[in-house]
Amino acid sequence: MRLGPFLNLLIALLGAPLLIGVVNRTKAFFAGRRGAPVLQLYFDLAKLLRKGAVYSRTTTWVFRAGPVAGLAAVLLALTVVPFGNAPALVAFPGDFVLLASLLALMRFVTILAALDTGSSFEGMGASREALFSALAEPALLIGLAAIARDTGGVSLSDMLAETSLVDWSRARPAAAIVSIALFVVFLAENSRIPVDDPDTHLELTMIHEVMVLDHGGPDLALILYGAALKFWALGSLLMGIVLPATGLQPALGWAVLPAGLVGLAVATGIVESSMARLRLIRVPQLLVGASALSVLALVMTLR
Amino acid sequence: MTVWTDTLLVFVLLGDFFLLGSSRIRASIRTVAAQGLLLGFLPLLVQEGAETPRAVFLFAVGIGLRGVAFPWLLFRAQRAVMVRREAEPFVGFTPSLLAGTLGLVLCFWLGARLPLPRPAASVSSLVVPVAFFTIFTGLFLIVGRKTALAQVLGYLVIENGIYAFGVSQALVEPLLVEMGILLDAFAAVFVMGITIFHISREFDNIDVDQLASLKDWEP
Repeated sequence: MRLGPFLNLLIALLGAPLLIGVVNRTKAFFAGRRGAPVLQLYFDLAKLLRKGAVYSRTTTWVFRAGPVAGLAAVLLALTVVPFGNAPALVAFPGDFVLLASLLALMRFVTILAALDTGSSFEGMGASREALFSALAEPALLIGLAAIARDTGGVSLSDMLAETSLVDWSRARPAAAIVSIALFVVFLAENSRIPVDDPDTHLELTMIHEVMVLDHGGPDLALILYGAALKFWALGSLLMGIVLPATGLQPALGWAVLPAGLVGLAVATGIVESSMARLRLIRVPQLLVGASALSVLALVMTLR
Repeated sequence: MTVWTDTLLVFVLLGDFFLLGSSRIRASIRTVAAQGLLLGFLPLLVQEGAETPRAVFLFAVGIGLRGVAFPWLLFRAQRAVMVRREAEPFVGFTPSLLAGTLGLVLCFWLGARLPLPRPAASVSSLVVPVAFFTIFTGLFLIVGRKTALAQVLGYLVIENGIYAFGVSQALVEPLLVEMGILLDAFAAVFVMGITIFHISREFDNIDVDQLASLKDWEP
């Protein structure tokens, strides 16, 4: 039995909250602040897990199941995401569809839990999240289909082991276009700035944050941790396409993905500091644009 | 060398999508200029070892007109008429992008089906679909946008597409033909700039729908 994939999964589980800290630290740097420690999310999780939970009398078991089911879905999703170019724990033909559906399932339970509270604000957030994720999903799936067609791989592990943008003479333009589309999907799915603002505290403008307002204590910890894992999962998908893979020493090749993810977190922080959030009616335009890019990549590979 | 040609053509495609989805007129002008600049390099990439004085002259004139003169004229027209807000187009920006996606598929299908001869191995097979899609984008901008300035941009995009097609198919056009086309395009942009100015002075904006009120008779 190979130990490598398990170790990689363990690193993902332990390292994911660090990335959120890096994003926040980058934003603090651009705002001229010192910012919270990089390990802040770990402290927050430890604090939240020690607390008790309070449940409204209007909620049912759906509300309590939401965070647990969401975390379970993203944990399963992590098992099919390759670690850079190293294969994932589980790899089978068509596993990228499973990845997309697991992420959709996570969103679905979050939306159900939000609707279960009966709060009109949470319903509004749920409606927006449903709309935006429905628009982001074609970009993800068509983009991955283009990569699959380009590389001839049928599982994520095969696909990502083949592509690398750093070696430009070997790379195909389709992979470059898909990586742009996936970056937009990455920002949208992780509720980052052009689409959603993780720092906002005005219920009218919130999307993801408003849906988890009623969760507290351990439930909130599960949600925050799940969000960090989702950041890691989609980030390693994107980095697997961008970063080089083959032809490095094992130790160096292993360090490429964590380094790339930290770089991606810094890039996210820069995007968040340098851009304003898009108006809500402009967001579908951005996501449809990402889907158009994915279709472009697919058409180019089908030629 | 098709790697560089492909990269260049992909940037032209991305520019087309940006034009379809963008509401900012100044950014659109810059995109069209960038497209013109990129396409200016196409002949040098397509014909290897063609650095004759004639090719370099055409390259310089093409870049000077498409990348410098046209944008300058358009920026001047834009300042003169003070188009600050973008009128809502006939076709919204998201539907434009969706239409563009469909058009893209169509152009690639068409590019694969047309029995065009492939003049040289150095010509990327991407050129013909990209040229078709650029022409499609230009037509779409002319039909789907309301303001005169956006329609002039559409005209320039069509010109870019035709140029890409010509370069890939004819490789070496006679100097006279090439200069004639460039001169026509220059004159057209010049005249359109004046027209835009007159439309804006007459109606206080450049929504071409207003021209309908000029008719003499009532139906």
